Amino acid sequence: MTSKSKTLPAPTEQRWKPGVDSAAWKRRGKGLVLPVVALLLLEVVVRLGWVPPYQLPAPSDIFITLSDLAAGPLYKHIGASVARVLLGFAIGAGLALLAAAWVGLSREAEAYLEPTFAGLRAIPSLAWVPLLLLWLGIDETSKVVLIAIGAFFPVYLNGVAAIRNIDRKLVEVGQMYGFSSAQLAKRILLPAALPGLFTGLRSGMSLAWMFLVAAELIAATKGLGYLLTDGRETSRPDIVLAAIIVLALLGKLCDGVLAKLETHFLDWRDAFTGEAKP
Amino acid sequence: MSEALLRVRVERKNFAAVTVLRNIDLQLQPREVVTLLGPSGCGKSTLLRIAAGLEREFNGAVSRGGQGGEVAFVFQEPRLMPWLTVAQNIGFSAGGQYDQAWVQQLIREVGLEGFADALPKQLSGGMAQRVALARGLYSRPRVLLLDEPFSAVDAFTRMKLQDLLLQLAEHHGIALLLVTHDVDEALYLSDRVLVMGGSQSSSLRLELPVALARPRDRRDARLAALKGEALTELQLAHVI
Repeated sequence: MTSKSKTLPAPTEQRWKPGVDSAAWKRRGKGLVLPVVALLLLEVVVRLGWVPPYQLPAPSDIFITLSDLAAGPLYKHIGASVARVLLGFAIGAGLALLAAAWVGLSREAEAYLEPTFAGLRAIPSLAWVPLLLLWLGIDETSKVVLIAIGAFFPVYLNGVAAIRNIDRKLVEVGQMYGFSSAQLAKRILLPAALPGLFTGLRSGMSLAWMFLVAAELIAATKGLGYLLTDGRETSRPDIVLAAIIVLALLGKLCDGVLAKLETHFLDWRDAFTGEAKP
Repeated sequence: MSEALLRVRVERKNFAAVTVLRNIDLQLQPREVVTLLGPSGCGKSTLLRIAAGLEREFNGAVSRGGQGGEVAFVFQEPRLMPWLTVAQNIGFSAGGQYDQAWVQQLIREVGLEGFADALPKQLSGGMAQRVALARGLYSRPRVLLLDEPFSAVDAFTRMKLQDLLLQLAEHHGIALLLVTHDVDEALYLSDRVLVMGGSQSSSLRLELPVALARPRDRRDARLAALKGEALTELQLAHVI
């Protein structure tokens, strides 16, 4: 082994990699400890009869309910909710990026628009619900608009901050080369603002999910929020918990996609990663 | 003497109500190395920014010599775009379709072979400033303006970079106008050292010619003697 690795450095290189992987798995394993222990404890507590199952169903019962739902209407609900979130988020985040670019790049636009946005932001977004129901009815439009409002402000705020935090010294490099505004925006401002934009998009996405539940709790015939209401009205905490689990998984999935995009596009960042290199 | 490559006349430059520069007439001949030397806050960087066209509000004029000739600027900090590789940073002014062969040549000339695809976060301060020099050379300028380019690196790296700068200027036939507050650096690099200072508004207080052939030796007794003279002059001019 030793003589081999001396003549061939490549195998030692390959031996390294599983080591890194197993360390990563070890980290993930650590994260699983708390939830697994909690689930086991709950199972024991419910099975022993310390808590009545109509208040807190055993984790195994929730799992059975979930697989029952998965065999039937679950995908219809997931499909409806995901479609609403994605559409609402796309509209809200898209408008927010435009507004942020406008306000961030122009002092004039800031003077005109920023006070209005600050005022609108002060309205708790759920206060729009009655108005949206009055204006747009109880079908899809009001839900999508509510989600769009929810996603708008975090994206807008982070977008403006991202543009205003761009290092003036980098912009000056572009000015020195005589860049036009379009070139400046594309070659310096957009890449430099990208980290802040991603922060905004990720918090906008999580708010979109929050507002989805709010919208569906109030009036819906399908969707995960409807499943929550349904579970409450039929006194089925297992359905409520199953819906909560699905919401958590979907929220995590959406954030995971954005996080992947973020690491892909922002690989160049020289940031503290929170861990000492081995 | 041939026509100046660059001429900067500043009758007056104000920041708000304060006049920082007054009555300055500066000329740069082809292949000449001129240093602006002065204490912090004397307006030497402002004068350089005026020469570069980054500062436009002043009374006076900047004229570029007969054949024109591009002017490039190297900042105090490398100011590399952190999201671009070394090669992309060097060709930054041309965007995506930069001249690959020319960039490769510049990378070799500044001694960064093998780092073409590295990101700025992987570079040391000295290496980053080498990239900044290469970026300044990309547009094939006739004049390179440098604002305290080596003040942020350690003394050893600074000496290496000074020699590199002189080699590059010699090789490409570029005139240098350099701002510094380091008397040794000024004397080692320059043909002429222009001392700036003044109690309220700055002007060019005195000119010290350095008539030594290159390559110079840092241990040269004549440099030491010049430094002694320079310090005396600086004291007489109340700059220090």
